[in-house]
Amino acid sequence: MQSPEYDAIVVGSGISGGWAAKELTEKGLRVLMLERGRNVEHIKDYVNATKAPWEYAHRGGRTKAMEEMYPVLKRDYPLNEKNLSFWVNEKESPYSEVRRFDWFRGYQVGGKSLMWGRQSYRWSEFDFDANAKDGTAVDWPIRYADIASWYDHVERHAGIAGSHENLPQLPDGQFLPAMPLNTGEQLVAGRVKKLFDGKRHIIPGRVANLSQAHEGRSACQYRDACWLGCPYGAYFSTQSSTLPAAAKTGKLTLKPFSIVTEVLYDRDKKRATGVRVIDAVTDQTTDYKAPVIFLCASTINTTWLLLRSATDVWPGGLGSSSGELGHNLMDHHFRVGAQGSLDGMEDKYYYGRRPTGFYIPRYRNLFGDKREYLRGFGYQGSAGRAGWSRAVAELGVGAAFKDSLTEPGKWGIGATAFGEMLPNHANQVTLDQTKKDKWGLPVVKIDCGTGENERMMRKDMAADMADLLEQCGAKNVNSYDNPYFPGMGIHEMGTARMGRDPKTSVVNKHNQVWDAPNVFVTDGSCMTSAACVNPSLTYMALTARAADFAVNELNRRNL
Amino acid sequence: MSSNDELSEQELITRRQAVLRVSAILGGMALIGGSALITGCREDEAAKPNTDAPFTGDEIAFLDEVADTILPTTSTPGAKAAKTGAFMAVMVRDSYSARDRKVFRDGIPAIDAATMKAHKVSFMKATPAQRLSVLEALDKDQKSFMEARSDAMEKASEAHMPDPRKESAPGADAGAATAITEDPPSHYFRMMKELSLLGYFTSEIGMTQALRYVETPGRFDPSVDYHKGDKAWAPHA
Repeated sequence: MQSPEYDAIVVGSGISGGWAAKELTEKGLRVLMLERGRNVEHIKDYVNATKAPWEYAHRGGRTKAMEEMYPVLKRDYPLNEKNLSFWVNEKESPYSEVRRFDWFRGYQVGGKSLMWGRQSYRWSEFDFDANAKDGTAVDWPIRYADIASWYDHVERHAGIAGSHENLPQLPDGQFLPAMPLNTGEQLVAGRVKKLFDGKRHIIPGRVANLSQAHEGRSACQYRDACWLGCPYGAYFSTQSSTLPAAAKTGKLTLKPFSIVTEVLYDRDKKRATGVRVIDAVTDQTTDYKAPVIFLCASTINTTWLLLRSATDVWPGGLGSSSGELGHNLMDHHFRVGAQGSLDGMEDKYYYGRRPTGFYIPRYRNLFGDKREYLRGFGYQGSAGRAGWSRAVAELGVGAAFKDSLTEPGKWGIGATAFGEMLPNHANQVTLDQTKKDKWGLPVVKIDCGTGENERMMRKDMAADMADLLEQCGAKNVNSYDNPYFPGMGIHEMGTARMGRDPKTSVVNKHNQVWDAPNVFVTDGSCMTSAACVNPSLTYMALTARAADFAVNELNRRNL
Repeated sequence: MSSNDELSEQELITRRQAVLRVSAILGGMALIGGSALITGCREDEAAKPNTDAPFTGDEIAFLDEVADTILPTTSTPGAKAAKTGAFMAVMVRDSYSARDRKVFRDGIPAIDAATMKAHKVSFMKATPAQRLSVLEALDKDQKSFMEARSDAMEKASEAHMPDPRKESAPGADAGAATAITEDPPSHYFRMMKELSLLGYFTSEIGMTQALRYVETPGRFDPSVDYHKGDKAWAPHA
């Protein structure tokens, strides 16, 4: 046992963990940040960031050997040659599936903040009161007013490019200039404004890429190579944003290769005392003590840790007294939308590779609209001119064929819907005692599926986009609804939800575990519902808010 | 179960047809990956080591000429200059299933036989015009083959796209390699054509000469004038 050298321990170094470390160190706490994976040093370790596309043996594609190594990742687009090292080693860290759940993980310093999609939207009041209004699951213990200033706070540091739209369902924030719509998108956006009574909007995607230099970080260079790691630090990641801020305080200790096996719990004091760590390389076990613990290991992984903790007191793990630990796993369901072509504008093109597109905020079940399902969806899409791959399906060989492909093709436009998935007690993660990972820990077993509400919503998600495009003059419009399995959205949420009552929720309105108030869960695990917007910005805001509360409580000697 | 499991057969067919039509509009992305529909998923293939004999120099030279007939030198260098034959060999070796490797490799003597039949000369000794006429005929073959197979497989297959996020990024060829290698088609000339296009347009010559490649654009301009003849932008990642 070591004497406490730290005021707080942060488990995980991704989007939430990075924010916890930054906020806690800037408020004067000595923080130990534990990361189960390797270190990834900003810029230096972005090994492929400046590699030319033609330098990859398979030009970014996948090989049979890669598919064998990554049996889960291969289920969707993330398996590729270019940023393979940012995805978890599945052989070392398996999991079990009762129903198919595609769990795409990033185990390294920075976590998935290195390769996230960067779309950044605030939740609205409609999202926070949805459970209460339609009687689903339990009520959120907070409302938009509780978090609005924290959105301001994290946006100011992270840097979000976006436009002010004054839409109640998608509150404006502290934006850098938007990355504008291109010619094709502007055309359709203008028509949408006229055709849908001001109820639907095509707006520039709000994105955590810097449209201008910001807090010492460079502006986006429009390379659209974000998921390789940005040598300009021009998108938000732990490495570009929160880690340097935390390091600057001189109060941060970052330990990679540190797998937290359990939260240590003192049943007399009803407090956690620290964490137990296995060194991922040496297998050596070390205990670390601190009065405050932030769990930011990612949804599922944070709950996996809770399931293994304080089992001498609660066989189901720390936070299980509610009966809800591990339950209510959510994602955003998607892979459904529509596409079409746009005539004309053949004298227009664009310059630079914009790392975002357009967004259509939710309009279903709002402002008097009433559907047979609950909640709603938003669309993410873009317009552009077709590239060479348009030729694959067409007839053609020879000189004229080749030369035609060196020029851009027709304009096309398309959008994919991201829909809210309802919380459901039956969607859960548990420990699988029959299967162990490389370090001998029982793996998680995931049992999750979508339901009738999502099925009904998907009809609108496909049909609405096709209708919009047709009304706006697009040609050859087609909708699609491709198989979706939970997890594919990489927006996993829930399993340690916030609530007002310790009997029905795992954490309270300040993200404190009801059964251990000095343990804070601020990553996606704490989500009580899923909304339809990308969740990471909300994790940032919740984490900053909880860190502020924790430091105040610590100073009041309440923890 | 996923909500998709409850979709009717008719809905599956409808959206599958949609996928195929969409691909023609938006640059082929969907259809490239959509070849998974046709060949199906063969999970068992992945674990088997590839024990095939390596492609010979003669085979690679042959593939270079096939690629160069599809994408010849014009005002910009052709596919042979971009070493597309060697690229095809790497992709077939590393990314194709055993069955598809065989289909692809058997295509080499098949092209030779077709050339011999049509022009009484081997493909390697045929004139560029003779080669072109042979490959034009094979191109029609592969297209009708693919269409027939996709119709036949429709009921048994799930619609499948390689990258749902790229679906909404028309004009982006960036995911093409992933899509092409995810599941190759099973007509040898379709394979050769796909790999020729991928190999050429993602090569240094293809990206910097046939297309315009700017490593670091530095800014985004949502609307610039386009003049006929201006090259298309090459993607990055």
